[in-house]
Amino acid sequence: MSTTVWERIAERGGISPQRARTYGFIYLAVGLLIFLLFALSTSPGQRTTFAFTPGGQSNAIPIPDVSIPSGFLLYFLALVTLFIGSWQLARGFRRINVVLGIVAAVFVIAFLTWAARDSSLNVTGLLSSSILRAVPIALAALSGVLCERAAVINIAIEGMMLSGAFTAALTASIAANVWEWESTFAAQTFGLICAILFGGLLGLLLAVLAVRFKVDQIIAGTAINILATGVTSYLASRILAQFSHLNSAGTYPRFPIPVLSRIPIIGPALFEHNLLVYILLPLLAGVHILLFHTRWGLRTRAVGEHPKAADTLGVNVFKIRYVNVTLGGMVAGLAGAFLILGSVGRFDELMTAGKGFIGLAAMIFGKWMPFGGLGAAMIFGFADALQTKLAILSVPIPSQFLLMAPYLVTMIVLAGVVGEAVPPAADGQPYEKD
Amino acid sequence: MPPVLELRGITKAFPGVLANDHIDLTLEEGTVHALLGENGAGKSTLMNILYGLYTPDEGEIYIRDQRVEIDGPNKAISLGIGMVHQHFMLIPVFTVAENVMLGVESLRNGIFLDPSAAASRIGEISQMYGLRVNPNTYVKELPVGIQQRVEIIKLLYREADILILDEPTAVLTPQEVEEFFKIIRSLVDRGKSLIFITHKLNEVMEIADDITVLRGGRVAGVTKPSQTTQKELASMMVGREVVLQVDKQPAEPGDVVLQVENLEAVDDRGNAALRGVSFEVREGEVLGIAGVQGNGQTELVQALTGLRNILAGSVHIAGADLTNASPRKILQQGVAHVPEDRQQDGLVLSFPVSDNMVLNTYYKPPFARYGSLNQKQILAAADERAREYDVRTPSLSIPVSNLSGGNQQKVIVAREFSRPISLLIASQPTRGLDVGSIEYIHRRIIEKRDEGTAVLLVSSELEEVMSLSDRIAVMFEGEIVDILWADEVTREQVGLLMAGVKGD
Repeated sequence: MSTTVWERIAERGGISPQRARTYGFIYLAVGLLIFLLFALSTSPGQRTTFAFTPGGQSNAIPIPDVSIPSGFLLYFLALVTLFIGSWQLARGFRRINVVLGIVAAVFVIAFLTWAARDSSLNVTGLLSSSILRAVPIALAALSGVLCERAAVINIAIEGMMLSGAFTAALTASIAANVWEWESTFAAQTFGLICAILFGGLLGLLLAVLAVRFKVDQIIAGTAINILATGVTSYLASRILAQFSHLNSAGTYPRFPIPVLSRIPIIGPALFEHNLLVYILLPLLAGVHILLFHTRWGLRTRAVGEHPKAADTLGVNVFKIRYVNVTLGGMVAGLAGAFLILGSVGRFDELMTAGKGFIGLAAMIFGKWMPFGGLGAAMIFGFADALQTKLAILSVPIPSQFLLMAPYLVTMIVLAGVVGEAVPPAADGQPYEKD
Repeated sequence: MPPVLELRGITKAFPGVLANDHIDLTLEEGTVHALLGENGAGKSTLMNILYGLYTPDEGEIYIRDQRVEIDGPNKAISLGIGMVHQHFMLIPVFTVAENVMLGVESLRNGIFLDPSAAASRIGEISQMYGLRVNPNTYVKELPVGIQQRVEIIKLLYREADILILDEPTAVLTPQEVEEFFKIIRSLVDRGKSLIFITHKLNEVMEIADDITVLRGGRVAGVTKPSQTTQKELASMMVGREVVLQVDKQPAEPGDVVLQVENLEAVDDRGNAALRGVSFEVREGEVLGIAGVQGNGQTELVQALTGLRNILAGSVHIAGADLTNASPRKILQQGVAHVPEDRQQDGLVLSFPVSDNMVLNTYYKPPFARYGSLNQKQILAAADERAREYDVRTPSLSIPVSNLSGGNQQKVIVAREFSRPISLLIASQPTRGLDVGSIEYIHRRIIEKRDEGTAVLLVSSELEEVMSLSDRIAVMFEGEIVDILWADEVTREQVGLLMAGVKGD
């Protein structure tokens, strides 16, 4: 059988000929875009400065800023992209997703080079703030993974986070300012624990509604969201606004990890955060191991895929779902507490601003895997961080559009790149013994 | 030696139904005990009681003369009782090993799953009983016959010695049934005791040592294959004389209704499924398509009913070119379709019985006028059809999913037959049904034929094709190997053609 050029190209990447071609043309279009939009609108004397040492005090070994003529770099990036596109059309790449990622990264770099022409861009700061913004999303995604692996859809993550944030702010402030605990750290940890417990309580509420009373899970979750929004907003305006000492939890201090934090670029980006950030990785790893290498995990996944089968083998479907949804609520509470204790330090009305929902998107993008959710959260976190950065750089794009960036990325990612994601087979269905 | 299992006076009532009424059953060690009965006779209830899914209202269960209380699957498993459910309880995205060890996981260090330990035990069991399967493949990649082996391994892994098999052959091809019977014999040889639930009489005669027949929740008879006949068993099941052989007059074929020429189509995976199929069906005759499942029959029916794209060739129905026409256009041409998978393609399971009765004509008066449905008319028509076609349902407004398989099929037959039709396409019309329903549906099909309808019957049950058809077309690998007169061929001849052996 004779194969066409296209079939051979597609075979290299393990995709359909049509997709292989589409990718090639997209790369070419991106190259042209870099050329037309960015490269042509720079003037010869402009230079972009990339800074690699974050502002404020840092442990990292300082490395000098790099200043490059903007136009030169942009022409170079456009050429690289055009070359990748031509190569894709002519020969095809083997690792199709890696190439896709590279092209996306090149486009982002080009955009930043253009945005920061005649000024300076702190790369390390951008990365560091991306991480900080990714953590609550990754935690929200993890909460979703815990629930949906046992086939309970938790759309209430947003509300659980908001409640967790409120609880953390209030209880930590009470401990510090009313009971006058000596140690701020202890007060904050008290707030953290309260937030986790309260999240767990809301999780239990969702479990009772969804598992015991078989209420439609979307409706039960929405009810919790509305409840959380209403109650926290009311209490915030009634109590927190009047007694500001009840809303001053503060954040955990930064804790640079010895040695690691001294590495240039990576050090400040990854290893100069507060304790809560460091909790994330072990937590994700822990859940991953639990899900895929323990009895509880096997049973959870069985309950999520085919509860009846699990039941006939003596697995208690209801118990598993109660436990998992409660755990999911606790993680969502932790995500909320992070917004206070790991990031802002005080509660504002509706401060979650959709992060719980973005977390759900990250869960789907990450294919219901803890670390998949983290990867997706990083993309959303980066979009979020970029948006603030660009506002500072006074890019000629209306700020409202910049604010849209994380949500826009969510939609593009969900609609375009993920394609068909397969949820647990019984996701969202209440289990009934007959 | 005491019987390995004894049920005494088991009684279970559900609201409105006495599902089990003082049922006794004795299972001897190392034997196969067939539990025979129509759908709704109480077989499943009885087995669910034995497996601890239901609690009996009255009655006692003895295992080797020890009285036991079974309050849940866990208890049943610990007493050595295992059950293969009619709908497999396997998780498609798990490996065989994961499926087998679920609930009795082998652990390393008391924490971590140890699939390899499970795999090696599965290997031992496979060896011992001739149940070949690779523990590391995903269940979704296995054919149905092998999935069933996994279900049996699941029981043996738990060291069950009383095995309940709920309609195990319903999903198997004839070849797989043969294979399955070998497995049953090897289980019995090693001292396992089996309860085999079925309504297929020939299988009972072949494999059972003892037979208990249930009817309407009561024991209708206890016997042995050597002391009874299929006909006697059938009347025990149904409670009256049953005609196993379809009674029909010679056909009087008229004009050609369905004309199929050089049809080509591909299956879901894009492989050629129909390679130039041609045949015709005339008024007043039944053309039966025989063939082992998966030789293009499914695709043929889908192509004829507008559910699959036709790549080449043509379909003419009553003179009109309906190649790649829409299903509704085909239906309006007077084509009735009884689909292969009634739950998937024949019914909207969550809709009430009444709506399902008019799915093919709901958009026309009197059921709809000016774009809105007239429920009164629909209910009236449904009521009439339910009566005429003997659909047994407590109400017409309950979801059709609540009905038994036989009654669901009758809903489809009632719907498809209750309008003037020129062509009937019936695919596996009696799959999974009990004797009474089979007899009924066969009679209705022959009635249609006698009214002058052209009938295309597709079935993987050779008996069915042989007894209903006037002509038989044998399909093999997407082609019609031969078309024969039904009264001139033997079972063996058709069987050889089905296997692709073309004799001259």
